Amino acid sequence: MNITLGHYLTLGAILFALSVTGIFLNRKNIIVILMAIELMLLAVNMNFVAFSHYLNDIQGQVFVFFILTVAAAESAIGLAILVLLFRNRSTIHVDELNTLKG
Amino acid sequence: MYPQAVLFYVFSAILLFAAFRVITVSNPVHAALFLVLSFFQASGIWMLLEAEFLSITLVLVYVGAVMVLFLFVVMMLDVDLESLRKGFWRNFHLAATLGAVVALELTAVLMGGFRLSQPAHALGGTAATVPNTQALGIALYTEFLYPLELAAVILLVAIIAAIALTLRKRKDSKFQDPSEQIRVQPQDRVRLVKMKSVVPEIVDPVKAPLVEEKK
Repeated sequence: MNITLGHYLTLGAILFALSVTGIFLNRKNIIVILMAIELMLLAVNMNFVAFSHYLNDIQGQVFVFFILTVAAAESAIGLAILVLLFRNRSTIHVDELNTLKG
Repeated sequence: MYPQAVLFYVFSAILLFAAFRVITVSNPVHAALFLVLSFFQASGIWMLLEAEFLSITLVLVYVGAVMVLFLFVVMMLDVDLESLRKGFWRNFHLAATLGAVVALELTAVLMGGFRLSQPAHALGGTAATVPNTQALGIALYTEFLYPLELAAVILLVAIIAAIALTLRKRKDSKFQDPSEQIRVQPQDRVRLVKMKSVVPEIVDPVKAPLVEEKK
Protein backbone atom coordinates (compact mmCIF):
# COMPACT_ATOMS: atom_id res chain seq x y z
CA MET A 1 0.00 0.00 0.00
CA ASN A 2 1.50 3.31 -1.07
CA ILE A 3 1.51 6.42 1.02
CA THR A 4 0.26 9.18 -1.25
CA LEU A 5 0.23 12.95 -1.10
CA GLY A 6 -3.30 12.78 0.28
CA HIS A 7 -2.12 10.99 3.42
CA TYR A 8 0.34 13.74 4.29
CA LEU A 9 -2.11 16.53 3.49
CA THR A 10 -4.77 14.89 5.65
CA LEU A 11 -2.28 14.58 8.50
CA GLY A 12 -1.48 18.28 8.15
CA ALA A 13 -5.17 19.17 8.09
CA ILE A 14 -5.92 17.16 11.24
CA LEU A 15 -2.93 18.70 13.00
CA PHE A 16 -4.03 22.21 12.03
CA ALA A 17 -7.60 21.55 13.20
CA LEU A 18 -6.29 20.18 16.50
CA SER A 19 -4.28 23.31 17.13
CA VAL A 20 -7.25 25.58 16.28
CA THR A 21 -9.25 23.60 18.83
CA GLY A 22 -6.38 24.03 21.28
CA ILE A 23 -6.45 27.81 20.96
CA PHE A 24 -10.16 27.83 21.76
CA LEU A 25 -9.82 25.41 24.67
CA ASN A 26 -6.92 27.21 26.35
CA ARG A 27 -8.27 30.71 25.95
CA LYS A 28 -6.83 31.84 29.29
CA ASN A 29 -3.33 30.43 29.13
CA ILE A 30 -0.98 32.38 26.85
CA ILE A 31 1.78 29.76 27.06
CA VAL A 32 -0.40 26.99 25.66
CA ILE A 33 -1.73 29.37 22.99
CA LEU A 34 1.86 29.96 21.86
CA MET A 35 2.42 26.19 21.77
CA ALA A 36 -0.72 25.74 19.67
CA ILE A 37 0.62 28.34 17.23
CA GLU A 38 3.84 26.34 16.99
CA LEU A 39 1.75 23.25 16.18
CA MET A 40 -0.09 25.19 13.45
CA LEU A 41 3.23 26.18 11.88
CA LEU A 42 4.30 22.55 12.05
CA ALA A 43 1.15 21.48 10.17
CA VAL A 44 1.78 24.09 7.48
CA ASN A 45 5.40 23.00 7.18
CA MET A 46 4.22 19.41 6.81
CA ASN A 47 2.14 20.41 3.79
CA PHE A 48 5.07 22.30 2.29
CA VAL A 49 7.45 19.37 2.65
CA ALA A 50 4.88 16.91 1.26
CA PHE A 51 4.24 19.07 -1.79
CA SER A 52 7.96 19.59 -2.22
CA HIS A 53 8.47 15.83 -2.29
CA TYR A 54 5.56 14.89 -4.53
CA LEU A 55 5.94 17.76 -7.01
CA ASN A 56 9.72 17.36 -6.96
CA ASP A 57 10.41 21.03 -6.29
CA ILE A 58 13.08 22.10 -3.81
CA GLN A 59 11.49 25.55 -3.36
CA GLY A 60 8.93 24.11 -0.96
CA GLN A 61 11.74 23.12 1.40
CA VAL A 62 13.34 26.55 1.04
CA PHE A 63 10.05 28.04 2.16
CA VAL A 64 9.94 25.71 5.17
CA PHE A 65 13.42 26.94 6.04
CA PHE A 66 12.21 30.54 6.14
CA ILE A 67 9.09 29.59 8.10
CA LEU A 68 11.30 27.91 10.72
CA THR A 69 13.38 31.10 10.95
CA VAL A 70 10.39 33.36 11.43
CA ALA A 71 8.79 30.94 13.89
CA ALA A 72 11.94 30.88 16.02
CA ALA A 73 12.03 34.69 16.05
CA GLU A 74 8.34 34.84 16.86
CA SER A 75 8.55 32.49 19.81
CA ALA A 76 11.67 34.23 21.19
CA ILE A 77 10.01 37.65 21.14
CA GLY A 78 6.67 36.22 22.30
CA LEU A 79 8.26 34.56 25.32
CA ALA A 80 10.22 37.75 26.11
CA ILE A 81 6.97 39.73 26.09
CA LEU A 82 5.40 37.03 28.26
CA VAL A 83 8.20 37.29 30.84
CA LEU A 84 7.88 41.08 30.86
CA LEU A 85 4.11 40.80 31.25
CA PHE A 86 4.43 38.40 34.15
CA ARG A 87 7.00 40.65 35.82
CA ASN A 88 4.70 43.66 35.65
CA ARG A 89 1.29 42.12 36.27
CA SER A 90 2.20 38.80 37.96
CA THR A 91 -0.42 37.01 35.91
CA ILE A 92 -0.72 35.54 32.43
CA HIS A 93 -4.50 35.31 32.64
CA VAL A 94 -5.74 36.60 29.28
CA ASP A 95 -8.95 38.02 30.74
CA GLU A 96 -7.07 40.23 33.19
CA LEU A 97 -4.92 41.89 30.55
CA ASN A 98 -7.32 44.74 29.87
CA THR A 99 -5.20 47.81 30.61
CA LEU A 100 -5.96 49.34 27.22
CA LYS A 101 -9.69 48.98 27.75
CA GLY A 102 -9.84 52.24 29.71
CA MET B 1 6.85 0.55 0.16
CA TYR B 2 5.35 -1.48 2.95
CA PRO B 3 7.76 -0.52 5.78
CA GLN B 4 7.40 3.15 4.83
CA ALA B 5 3.61 2.91 5.17
CA VAL B 6 3.94 1.28 8.60
CA LEU B 7 6.41 3.95 9.71
CA PHE B 8 4.14 6.70 8.41
CA TYR B 9 1.15 5.39 10.37
CA VAL B 10 3.19 4.91 13.56
CA PHE B 11 4.70 8.39 13.34
CA SER B 12 1.38 10.08 12.55
CA ALA B 13 -0.47 8.24 15.30
CA ILE B 14 2.07 9.34 17.93
CA LEU B 15 2.17 12.85 16.43
CA LEU B 16 -1.59 13.28 16.65
CA PHE B 17 -1.73 11.81 20.15
CA ALA B 18 1.05 14.16 21.33
CA ALA B 19 -0.65 17.15 19.71
CA PHE B 20 -3.90 16.22 21.42
CA ARG B 21 -2.14 15.99 24.78
CA VAL B 22 -0.45 19.37 24.20
CA ILE B 23 -3.81 21.11 24.06
CA THR B 24 -5.49 19.16 26.86
CA VAL B 25 -2.97 18.60 29.68
CA SER B 26 -3.30 20.93 32.66
CA ASN B 27 0.40 21.36 33.39
CA PRO B 28 2.24 23.60 30.88
CA VAL B 29 5.50 21.70 31.52
CA HIS B 30 3.85 18.49 30.35
CA ALA B 31 2.41 20.35 27.37
CA ALA B 32 5.89 21.53 26.39
CA LEU B 33 7.28 18.00 26.70
CA PHE B 34 4.47 16.59 24.56
CA LEU B 35 5.24 19.31 22.01
CA VAL B 36 8.83 18.04 21.97
CA LEU B 37 7.51 14.54 21.30
CA SER B 38 5.34 15.76 18.44
CA PHE B 39 8.31 17.60 16.90
CA PHE B 40 10.32 14.39 17.01
CA GLN B 41 7.53 12.50 15.22
CA ALA B 42 7.21 15.25 12.61
CA SER B 43 10.94 15.02 12.06
CA GLY B 44 10.55 11.30 11.40
CA ILE B 45 7.78 11.96 8.89
CA TRP B 46 9.92 14.53 7.08
CA MET B 47 12.66 11.94 6.93
CA LEU B 48 10.18 9.67 5.12
CA LEU B 49 9.60 12.53 2.69
CA GLU B 50 13.34 12.62 1.97
CA ALA B 51 13.80 16.09 3.44
CA GLU B 52 16.76 15.10 5.61
CA PHE B 53 18.21 18.55 6.19
CA LEU B 54 14.92 20.05 7.37
CA SER B 55 14.23 17.00 9.49
CA ILE B 56 17.52 17.40 11.37
CA THR B 57 17.02 21.17 11.53
CA LEU B 58 13.64 20.65 13.13
CA VAL B 59 15.21 18.58 15.89
CA LEU B 60 18.19 20.90 16.38
CA VAL B 61 16.38 24.23 16.20
CA TYR B 62 13.01 23.37 17.66
CA VAL B 63 13.73 20.67 20.20
CA GLY B 64 17.19 22.02 21.00
CA ALA B 65 16.50 25.73 21.19
CA VAL B 66 12.88 26.83 21.00
CA MET B 67 11.39 24.17 23.25
CA VAL B 68 14.17 24.60 25.82
CA LEU B 69 13.31 28.30 25.83
CA PHE B 70 9.64 27.38 26.31
CA LEU B 71 10.46 25.05 29.20
CA PHE B 72 12.70 27.69 30.75
CA VAL B 73 9.96 30.31 30.65
CA VAL B 74 7.27 27.90 31.85
CA MET B 75 9.38 26.86 34.83
CA MET B 76 10.46 30.43 35.59
CA LEU B 77 6.95 31.84 35.76
CA ASP B 78 5.11 30.92 38.90
CA VAL B 79 1.71 30.53 37.31
CA ASP B 80 -1.48 29.84 39.21
CA LEU B 81 -2.69 26.80 37.28
CA GLU B 82 -6.06 26.45 38.97
CA SER B 83 -7.42 29.80 37.85
CA LEU B 84 -6.16 29.23 34.31
CA ARG B 85 -7.84 25.86 34.24
CA LYS B 86 -11.22 27.19 35.32
CA GLY B 87 -13.86 26.97 32.61
CA PHE B 88 -11.66 24.78 30.43
CA TRP B 89 -14.45 22.52 29.21
CA ARG B 90 -17.03 25.31 29.03
CA ASN B 91 -16.35 26.15 25.40
CA PHE B 92 -15.37 22.62 24.42
CA HIS B 93 -18.38 22.26 22.12
CA LEU B 94 -17.55 25.47 20.27
CA ALA B 95 -13.91 24.44 19.99
CA ALA B 96 -14.71 20.92 18.77
CA THR B 97 -17.23 22.23 16.22
CA LEU B 98 -14.76 24.80 14.89
CA GLY B 99 -11.97 22.22 14.72
CA ALA B 100 -14.19 19.79 12.81
CA VAL B 101 -15.28 22.55 10.42
CA VAL B 102 -11.67 23.54 9.76
CA ALA B 103 -10.67 19.91 9.18
CA LEU B 104 -13.61 19.31 6.81
CA GLU B 105 -12.89 22.50 4.86
CA LEU B 106 -9.24 21.63 4.47
CA THR B 107 -10.06 18.08 3.43
CA ALA B 108 -12.64 19.29 0.90
CA VAL B 109 -10.17 21.71 -0.66
CA LEU B 110 -7.42 19.09 -0.75
CA MET B 111 -9.65 16.36 -2.19
CA GLY B 112 -11.09 18.67 -4.84
CA GLY B 113 -7.96 20.50 -5.83
CA PHE B 114 -5.23 17.93 -6.20
CA ARG B 115 -4.71 14.53 -7.71
CA LEU B 116 -3.89 13.01 -4.36
CA SER B 117 -3.07 9.47 -5.37
CA GLN B 118 -0.35 10.41 -7.82
CA PRO B 119 3.06 8.91 -7.16
CA ALA B 120 6.05 11.14 -6.68
CA HIS B 121 7.40 12.66 -9.86
CA ALA B 122 10.49 11.09 -11.29
CA LEU B 123 13.44 13.04 -10.03
CA GLY B 124 14.80 15.43 -12.59
CA GLY B 125 17.19 18.35 -12.83
CA THR B 126 19.79 18.96 -10.15
CA ALA B 127 17.70 17.30 -7.43
CA ALA B 128 18.23 13.91 -9.07
CA THR B 129 22.01 13.98 -8.83
CA VAL B 130 22.80 15.79 -5.59
CA PRO B 131 21.75 14.99 -2.03
CA ASN B 132 18.94 16.89 -0.36
CA THR B 133 21.18 19.13 1.74
CA GLN B 134 23.26 20.12 -1.26
CA ALA B 135 20.20 20.82 -3.39
CA LEU B 136 18.75 23.02 -0.63
CA GLY B 137 22.06 24.83 -0.25
CA ILE B 138 22.31 25.50 -3.98
CA ALA B 139 18.79 26.91 -4.02
CA LEU B 140 19.37 29.02 -0.88
CA TYR B 141 22.66 30.57 -1.94
CA THR B 142 21.80 31.30 -5.56
CA GLU B 143 18.14 31.89 -6.17
CA PHE B 144 17.12 32.78 -2.61
CA LEU B 145 20.17 34.71 -1.47
CA TYR B 146 18.28 37.95 -0.81
CA PRO B 147 15.51 36.26 1.26
CA LEU B 148 18.23 34.38 3.15
CA GLU B 149 19.87 37.65 4.19
CA LEU B 150 16.48 39.04 5.16
CA ALA B 151 15.99 35.98 7.36
CA ALA B 152 19.35 36.67 8.98
CA VAL B 153 18.26 40.26 9.70
CA ILE B 154 15.00 38.98 11.19
CA LEU B 155 16.96 36.73 13.53
CA LEU B 156 19.18 39.65 14.54
CA VAL B 157 16.10 41.77 15.26
CA ALA B 158 14.69 38.92 17.34
CA ILE B 159 17.90 38.66 19.37
CA ILE B 160 18.04 42.39 20.07
CA ALA B 161 14.32 42.59 20.84
CA ALA B 162 14.38 39.65 23.24
CA ILE B 163 17.39 41.02 25.12
CA ALA B 164 16.09 44.60 25.20
CA LEU B 165 12.70 43.49 26.45
CA THR B 166 13.93 41.34 29.30
CA LEU B 167 16.95 43.41 30.34
CA ARG B 168 16.52 44.68 33.87
CA LYS B 169 18.82 47.08 35.67
CA ARG B 170 19.47 45.90 39.19
CA LYS B 171 19.02 48.60 41.80
CA ASP B 172 20.97 46.92 44.58
CA SER B 173 24.21 46.40 42.70
CA LYS B 174 27.03 48.92 43.09
CA PHE B 175 29.27 49.69 40.14
CA GLN B 176 31.86 52.28 39.08
CA ASP B 177 31.34 54.83 36.33
CA PRO B 178 34.85 55.48 34.91
CA SER B 179 33.89 58.55 32.89
CA GLU B 180 32.45 60.20 35.97
CA GLN B 181 35.58 59.31 37.92
CA ILE B 182 37.78 60.97 35.30
CA ARG B 183 35.69 64.12 35.04
CA VAL B 184 35.74 64.79 38.78
CA GLN B 185 36.81 68.32 39.96
CA PRO B 186 38.48 69.29 43.25
CA GLN B 187 35.41 71.21 44.38
CA ASP B 188 33.37 68.04 44.08
CA ARG B 189 35.53 66.36 46.68
CA VAL B 190 36.39 69.11 49.24
CA ARG B 191 33.89 71.65 50.48
CA LEU B 192 35.18 74.63 52.50
CA VAL B 193 32.59 75.95 54.89
CA LYS B 194 32.95 79.22 56.76
CA MET B 195 31.38 79.24 60.17
CA LYS B 196 31.71 81.03 63.51
CA SER B 197 33.51 79.32 66.22
CA VAL B 198 31.11 77.98 68.72
CA VAL B 199 31.87 78.25 72.43
CA PRO B 200 30.39 75.34 74.28
CA GLU B 201 28.38 76.13 77.37
CA ILE B 202 30.35 75.28 80.44
CA VAL B 203 28.42 73.32 82.95
CA ASP B 204 29.60 73.46 86.50
CA PRO B 205 29.78 69.94 87.76
CA VAL B 206 29.29 70.99 91.37
CA LYS B 207 26.32 73.34 90.83
CA ALA B 208 24.43 71.22 88.37
CA PRO B 209 23.06 68.64 90.80
CA LEU B 210 22.10 71.47 93.22
CA VAL B 211 20.03 73.19 90.58
CA GLU B 212 18.12 70.03 90.06
CA GLU B 213 17.47 69.56 93.72
CA LYS B 214 16.03 73.09 94.08
CA LYS B 215 13.27 72.37 91.60
